[in-house]
Amino acid sequence: MPFEAPVSDVAISVEALGKSYLIGHLAGHASESFREMLVRSARGLGRSALDVLRGRQLVDGDTVEEFWALRDVSFEVRRGEVMGVIGRNGAGKSTLLKILSRITEPSEGRAVIRGRVASLLEVGTGFHPELSGRENIYLNGAILGMTRAEIAARFDEIVAFAEVERFLDTPVKRYSSGMYMRLAFAVAAHLEPEILIVDEVLAVGDLAFQRKCLGKMQDVAQQGRTVIFVSHNLPSVMDLSDRAILLDRGRVALAGASHEVASHFLGSLRTELSAGDISAYRRPYRDAGWVDIQAVCVGGDPLGGAVIQPGETVSIDVELAVHRAVEDGIIVVNILDERLDIVATFMSSDGGYRFSVSPGAHQVHCELGPMPLAPGTYLVSVGAAQAGLRLAWDAVNALPGFRMAGEESLAWLRWPERPGVIFQEGSKWR
Amino acid sequence: MSAAPVTEVILERGRVDRNYWLDLWRYRELFQVLAWRDVAIRYKQTAIGVAWAVIRPALTVLIFTIVFGRIAHLPSNGVPYPLLVFAGMLPWTFFATALSDASNSLVSNANLVGKVYFPRLIVPAATVVAAFVDFFISLVVMAAVMAWYRFAPDWRVLLLPLFVLIAMLASLGPGLWITAVNVRYRDFRYVIPFLVQFGLYVSPVGFSASVIPASWRLVYAINPMVGVIDGFRWCLLRTPIDWREVGVSLLVVAVSLWIGVRQFRRLEKTFADVL
Repeated sequence: MPFEAPVSDVAISVEALGKSYLIGHLAGHASESFREMLVRSARGLGRSALDVLRGRQLVDGDTVEEFWALRDVSFEVRRGEVMGVIGRNGAGKSTLLKILSRITEPSEGRAVIRGRVASLLEVGTGFHPELSGRENIYLNGAILGMTRAEIAARFDEIVAFAEVERFLDTPVKRYSSGMYMRLAFAVAAHLEPEILIVDEVLAVGDLAFQRKCLGKMQDVAQQGRTVIFVSHNLPSVMDLSDRAILLDRGRVALAGASHEVASHFLGSLRTELSAGDISAYRRPYRDAGWVDIQAVCVGGDPLGGAVIQPGETVSIDVELAVHRAVEDGIIVVNILDERLDIVATFMSSDGGYRFSVSPGAHQVHCELGPMPLAPGTYLVSVGAAQAGLRLAWDAVNALPGFRMAGEESLAWLRWPERPGVIFQEGSKWR
Repeated sequence: MSAAPVTEVILERGRVDRNYWLDLWRYRELFQVLAWRDVAIRYKQTAIGVAWAVIRPALTVLIFTIVFGRIAHLPSNGVPYPLLVFAGMLPWTFFATALSDASNSLVSNANLVGKVYFPRLIVPAATVVAAFVDFFISLVVMAAVMAWYRFAPDWRVLLLPLFVLIAMLASLGPGLWITAVNVRYRDFRYVIPFLVQFGLYVSPVGFSASVIPASWRLVYAINPMVGVIDGFRWCLLRTPIDWREVGVSLLVVAVSLWIGVRQFRRLEKTFADVL
């Protein structure tokens, strides 16, 4: 019989949880006549009116489909455990957190939560721009579930953490975005629930502040709180959590030690790439539709199997599909280590290369100079943008890149025992 | 570690929350804070601020006095006509503001509803409290106007809070229902201003309810504001009152509040999915 924790040790237990939504589809009617359109609109209106009478949800579109954002999800989180939830966009991570935070109810299955919960699905929920920093601390604190006495007791700490002493009585609409974020996070960081549910709130603010938030989260974890933590940022999941679950299309694909789940996640992204599809890596960009990155090939191997010797250059070929005539285009390449921390950034404009091309297929070839990298596996992110980043067209993130060759002993002793990424031979010791 | 008992929450589809009313009590501080917020931001970035709470009803009183009192020569039961109108205007403005603010409250707090759990009832209830602040200011002005007319109320004024409470509940009932339905069908946003304008003329604001034929008075009292306005005039101006009418209005308020809370709770769990 498998070992089971006594019930009192389980903070959250989730059994066969599922959540469905109704989504509408528009049938293709590019060539319908005006009369057909009138008939269709009238029918739609009739259906809406019926739905209103029956109290059903209105869904735009001609046909309605049930979509399971989450299905058959089961797991347990013990008291004092930090669990990460990872998965690509749309895998159901946010839906899971919304159910656990009681914002929405599940469609099937159940979840049992033992303890006082605070959830942070957003930084600064309920902040009102017209109110001062001081007023917003009380407002936000109350919204997050703190009592007035608790807020008053931690008020000075919150203000000090946010570094906004001088602007306490200024309306927050006059705050810089950095100050605003700091204040918002500071309130959240001083919550003292038994169970904390956090969604990607670390993805905000400048780098220094992110580090500070991460530190605070680590403190929380060490105080024996139960934490459920969703992130795209694999390194912080690995740093903060003991265990993780990987969600894929609404189901639990894997549960286990966080670094194993994270590396499996990276591996699954790679498998998809071997099918010649880089869409899984694509991030929705604000100026989509101008230029799409079609394929990236590092060191002559599109599957990331290239081995680079120390002192060698790294070649990268980027295939672009240009949809509209563009001017002053540049390519940005980031090199990432296994923990997905960016270790180097190259911009084609650094080498004086910009492209102005008309619609069609277009190729960019680059040779990155020798990099003093420690042996190990590296990933590559590629972006296409207009010089000065006035327009960001497309980007593919964390593609398998290359393996840096080197002394086996060095490669074997990589992270976490040997966290440094830059490596140069020739240091002298006495 | 504290010795407080561990709270256990079970999340399931359609599960009726046994702790709902207890939760509402537990979240009373959030209720206070949201009410305070609604008051604090009410007149931010307006030049004359809270004076708007006085100017709007005062101008309506002026116009109604001219139209109904001077031009139409409607009876006023021996009370100066502006006082008659003002005493009707007080609860009506309170009711109308509370109703329309409550009806829009969930949609305008969509960001909260989508990101944090709390008993949703708090949001519309807090707006009603915020509307009460406007009412209180108008009440002070009313007192000044009564002093100007040398019109002193007697002991009946002590019963005024009762009618204020009825007006509050009268707005909360339909307010809850409309704000819940408004989440799903924004059509109701267009219904409210119309309803409020219509109600101003249907309710005995600009005239005394005594102009209605006696045989229709009980039917007329189905509009709960009839009982409230009559009650206000009885408290402040010592005009006669028919308690049967107040009874009918109270009954309607109770029923609409019951329906409002029921509908609200039925739809509450889906708010975050639809907003």
